[in-house]
Amino acid sequence: MYDVIIIGAGPAGLSAAIACREWDVHVLVIDEFVKPGGRLLGQLHEEPTGEWWNGIEETKRLMNKAESLDTDIRCGVSVHHVEKANDGFVVHTNKGNFEAGNVLIATGAAETAAPVPGWTLPGVMSIGAAQVMTNVHRVRVGEKGVVIGVNVLSAAIARELQLAGVNLHSMMLPAMNPVTKEHAHPKKVMDGLSRIAHLAPSAFLRFGSRFTKSDFVRKVATQFYPKSGVKMWGMPIHLRKAVTQINGKDRVESVTVFDVTADGKLIKGTERRIEVDFVCIAGGLYPLAELASVVGLPFQYLEELGGHVPVHNEKMETPIDGVYVAGNITGIESAKVARAQGTVAGLSIAKKHVAGKADLDYRLLQATEQVKTIRNEATIQFHPHISEGREKMEQAYRRIVNA
Amino acid sequence: MRNNRRIVDHPVLGKLSDRKEITFTFDGQTYTGYEGDTIASALLANGVRTLRVHEESGKPRGIYCNIGHCFECRVNVNDEPGVRACLTEVKDNMVVKSGRVLPSPLVSTVNDTLPRTYAEFIEQQEDKKGEV
Repeated sequence: MYDVIIIGAGPAGLSAAIACREWDVHVLVIDEFVKPGGRLLGQLHEEPTGEWWNGIEETKRLMNKAESLDTDIRCGVSVHHVEKANDGFVVHTNKGNFEAGNVLIATGAAETAAPVPGWTLPGVMSIGAAQVMTNVHRVRVGEKGVVIGVNVLSAAIARELQLAGVNLHSMMLPAMNPVTKEHAHPKKVMDGLSRIAHLAPSAFLRFGSRFTKSDFVRKVATQFYPKSGVKMWGMPIHLRKAVTQINGKDRVESVTVFDVTADGKLIKGTERRIEVDFVCIAGGLYPLAELASVVGLPFQYLEELGGHVPVHNEKMETPIDGVYVAGNITGIESAKVARAQGTVAGLSIAKKHVAGKADLDYRLLQATEQVKTIRNEATIQFHPHISEGREKMEQAYRRIVNA
Repeated sequence: MRNNRRIVDHPVLGKLSDRKEITFTFDGQTYTGYEGDTIASALLANGVRTLRVHEESGKPRGIYCNIGHCFECRVNVNDEPGVRACLTEVKDNMVVKSGRVLPSPLVSTVNDTLPRTYAEFIEQQEDKKGEV
């Protein structure tokens, strides 16, 4: 019987484990990937300060700390069910059942599909898949490819592929269909891109700054978007070209591209084929919350947070006593926010076990403030109204707990 | 050349340090990968993209999400079926087999014209328009 089982060994799960171990809480961390770190592992970008955010190094730092505190971390363990028992929870996994007084669900996020006909062909993958292959496994995903879907995440990862010497032809939109909707609408995509305007280094800055000003400017910019795209690090980003079809017999051979109007309609007679051997599809991220649902947590749909999110408060507590959440399951934000939230969750769990320590109360207060500070200083805002979303969630928690 | 799709030099992450080589088979062919690889990454490093075929249609499938959510990469590992190649560490002497077409117990006996894909759905809509 553990004091707490932490599901997910990403930045949230690991920092929660560290906070717990510092107060001698008996912890088991499980993760289904072959190594700890979660999606932090693949991250690699230049900060406005000129320093590199290197996910592998950040993971090592967390792991060294966790190991120095004798943290039990097991990889290759998949959780398929979490069940309430008399005095805690039973966590069902492919390696058997584990019991704990508390559970922290830190499962992160998954990628939204933006499917285009032909997307099941070998050689088509999500942009995150390409990121893991490139930076974690150090495998080239192909010789020449395109990215379908233009957003904060895909622009950042496209740069990572370029850095590794992978040849990207361009970034384009998916053709409009009942699933791709806003990902296929040039003006809406433009609105999203304005959020990366402040990003360093200068290429992002130059690219984004064209669109930041006002809604009107963005509308005009979409209308008169250059035919040759806008280049970022030498790679054209097209908002007025869309991929209608991925072609190939047994693997990706080409994509069919049309010019589109400012509201995403195909323009007849503009069809052409681009030969590629891989395609990355990028539809953004949503909180990976199945286990929260299985354990019975109530949900709120908050667009600002990336979709359906289990109800929780800023101490990372949920309406179910003993169930905690942290990281991207609580809303799509950066790994730095996830890491800070993990510390909050760990301290909340520790507080339950080490009662009456004034020091711990103070540390928890500090940690919750730290989350807000990091949020405000974030380089990448996945959603412009993230703080409002957080406030709505806090209200939802109070409503449900007081009811 | 095998195992040659590696990013050896990286301007920020540095040189790919000496990793221990391991040997495994996929559909009877021998491949090499590195310790710490998943089955999916080791195969892609060898240029293998197709990991299975659709159980009914026989159409090829490869990795999609690469982090265990989509289940597109399921293979047979040491006689265990349905293993996700993207989440499974490749081991020395591992025997991996691609997913195959399965006999279908549900072959339709009526003239079934329901669309099976979105593309087919659109095609049928267009056809209907043509008829009117």
